[in-house]
Amino acid sequence: MKFTWFNLMPWQDLPDDFREKHRSVWVDIDSRLFDPARAHHLYNEYMDLLEYSSTLGFDGIGVNEHHQNGYGIMPSPNIIAAGLARRTKDVGLVVLGNSIALYNPPVRVAEEFAMLDCISGGRLVAGFPVGTSMDTNFCYGQIPALTREKYAEAHDLIKEAWSNPDPFAFNGRYNKLRHVNIWPRPIQNPMPIHIPGGGSVETYDFCIDNTYSYSYLSFSGYIRAKALLQGYWDRVAERNAPDTSPYRAGFAQTICVADTDEEAERLYSEHVSYFYNRCLHVYGGFADAPGYRTIKTIQTGALSQYAPPVNGYSNLTWKDLTEQGHVIAGSPETVRQRMEELIKGLHVGNIFCLLHVGNMPKDKCMYSTKLFAEKVMPKLRNMFPEYKDDNRFWCKPLANQATPGSLPTEKAVAAMVGGKD
Amino acid sequence: MELKTVKTQHVPVRYFEGGKGEPLVFLHGAGGLLAGDPLFAKLEQKYHVYAPLLPGYGDSEECSELRDMLDFTLHTADVVEALGLKDPILVGHSMGGMIAAEMAAIAPHDVSRLALICPAGLWLDEYPIPDLFSMLPFEMPQYLFHDVEAGTKLMTAGVALDDPEWLKAFLVMNARQMGMAGKILFPIPERGLAQRLYRIKAKTVLIWGDSDRLIPPAYAHAFKKGIKGAELVSIPEASHLVTMEKPDQVAAAISKVA
Repeated sequence: MKFTWFNLMPWQDLPDDFREKHRSVWVDIDSRLFDPARAHHLYNEYMDLLEYSSTLGFDGIGVNEHHQNGYGIMPSPNIIAAGLARRTKDVGLVVLGNSIALYNPPVRVAEEFAMLDCISGGRLVAGFPVGTSMDTNFCYGQIPALTREKYAEAHDLIKEAWSNPDPFAFNGRYNKLRHVNIWPRPIQNPMPIHIPGGGSVETYDFCIDNTYSYSYLSFSGYIRAKALLQGYWDRVAERNAPDTSPYRAGFAQTICVADTDEEAERLYSEHVSYFYNRCLHVYGGFADAPGYRTIKTIQTGALSQYAPPVNGYSNLTWKDLTEQGHVIAGSPETVRQRMEELIKGLHVGNIFCLLHVGNMPKDKCMYSTKLFAEKVMPKLRNMFPEYKDDNRFWCKPLANQATPGSLPTEKAVAAMVGGKD
Repeated sequence: MELKTVKTQHVPVRYFEGGKGEPLVFLHGAGGLLAGDPLFAKLEQKYHVYAPLLPGYGDSEECSELRDMLDFTLHTADVVEALGLKDPILVGHSMGGMIAAEMAAIAPHDVSRLALICPAGLWLDEYPIPDLFSMLPFEMPQYLFHDVEAGTKLMTAGVALDDPEWLKAFLVMNARQMGMAGKILFPIPERGLAQRLYRIKAKTVLIWGDSDRLIPPAYAHAFKKGIKGAELVSIPEASHLVTMEKPDQVAAAISKVA
């Protein structure tokens, strides 16, 4: 199993009447709710938590990209990952990912990921999302019906930029480049790639064809995800993929651990409620620009099947959220049982653990994280013994890692260069 | 009116045809065109009307090769040619007006009579056009109709949001039609037309609903300024769907150039 401690970086101060007074947490969220001085502390706290979790045995620490979004103040995950690369060791840096259709030219992504891979000594696990319609179409202005074509071209360009040792010309429809020759080059080649998807048949096939891992990053939990991931595994079988390794898939799950089930509710329910009620308050008109989904995907009925609950999340109590699996919460034993159900039921080897939730303060987050790392994770390690050597979807760090901050003393420098003092 | 098919370079194109008289080509807006359209009914009393559907609209085949404004413009010129027409009266509503204006600007000697009904294609910072693509169906009538209540009734007739099959069919139609429209209208319905308007040589009439809240009448004046000799006909008590609200007056305004 590969466990990644994943942080969305939510804004923590959305007001109590946010749902009533504001139409959306995303795209046109009121900028007056943002306080840059507060953000200074919040970014550093979130990076501290990512670094802390890297010391507890998680395989990866994860970040992602959203724009104009109150539950994800991370438009550039690469900036965060660069900071983490310097202050962590051994752990995978899961950047899930860069929305490659948004960058012009996308060689910028090839370059930045190569930089991250070099700085971290081959610890990058990269992701290429198409991006949500909110981010890609409404914030970044991409034409919905052309987004996927542009994405596919960006992917081909990045892949070739990483693998072709010689300068080459790229005559794309969206990118005309006469001299592609990125410098630096990534340590890992091929790079382990994860593709976040939301039920598009095209994305299933894209992952199968390229040996990429398919990630379902939902907030509605493992019970509702069953149909979607079953669709993926059916497709894997249909397309005669060489294996059904669980590492071909990943899933994000909100998790809260305490000593007992009662303690979990007492400690975490207000933060879970903050996340599901305020952070997921997205205006319906921004959910899906026409043309963003392919006809094939709409026709599979995926949208209604995987859509959030009919009345939104606002009416769901702690009991609803935990019983329906949106949130896995409780004592270490309760969480272990439900995680096992999730892992077996969805057949997934990569788990993106959302252990920070909404406006959860750092002490509670550390408490829950440590309990998960020490009392739950070890018992879930060996779920797929037959695939334990499948390394295709994970990073392969250099054996010889640099130690950041290991310059010689000034005195030693003076001695070395033969100067005075 | 009859629904027919004509071959073009890329895909077969569906078009409505009806009436007798001088040939007139009508280009629909982003909402598409249905049988029984009140303006079409009015126009076919006087003209031989051809109303081609943009690929993806109605039951017509989609065309992924059409991506940008030039593609749309040349495709529509191809349709006119495939229909065997030469210099027909060219009429366009909203998005269709944008395409018609581009056709007249790119090939000014092929278009001598032009009627633009609240066309898209320009952008004025002082009058930002509402974002049609992020509107929920129930929000649209206030932008599209002068009589919002009547418009709401019209737009919600037959809507069954709680029926999954209806919803799926609606989403497919919306993705096909508005996905296509988005190629020239998203996220801002402007593709450089302003710098080409001077090329238009056609006798031009601009037709605008006085209470258009989608593309407000300020745009009528911008078009008038850009097209030499264009005449403006303002229609009271009508909004962006002036073609449905006041078909008689729109048809009368079109006859000023034909």
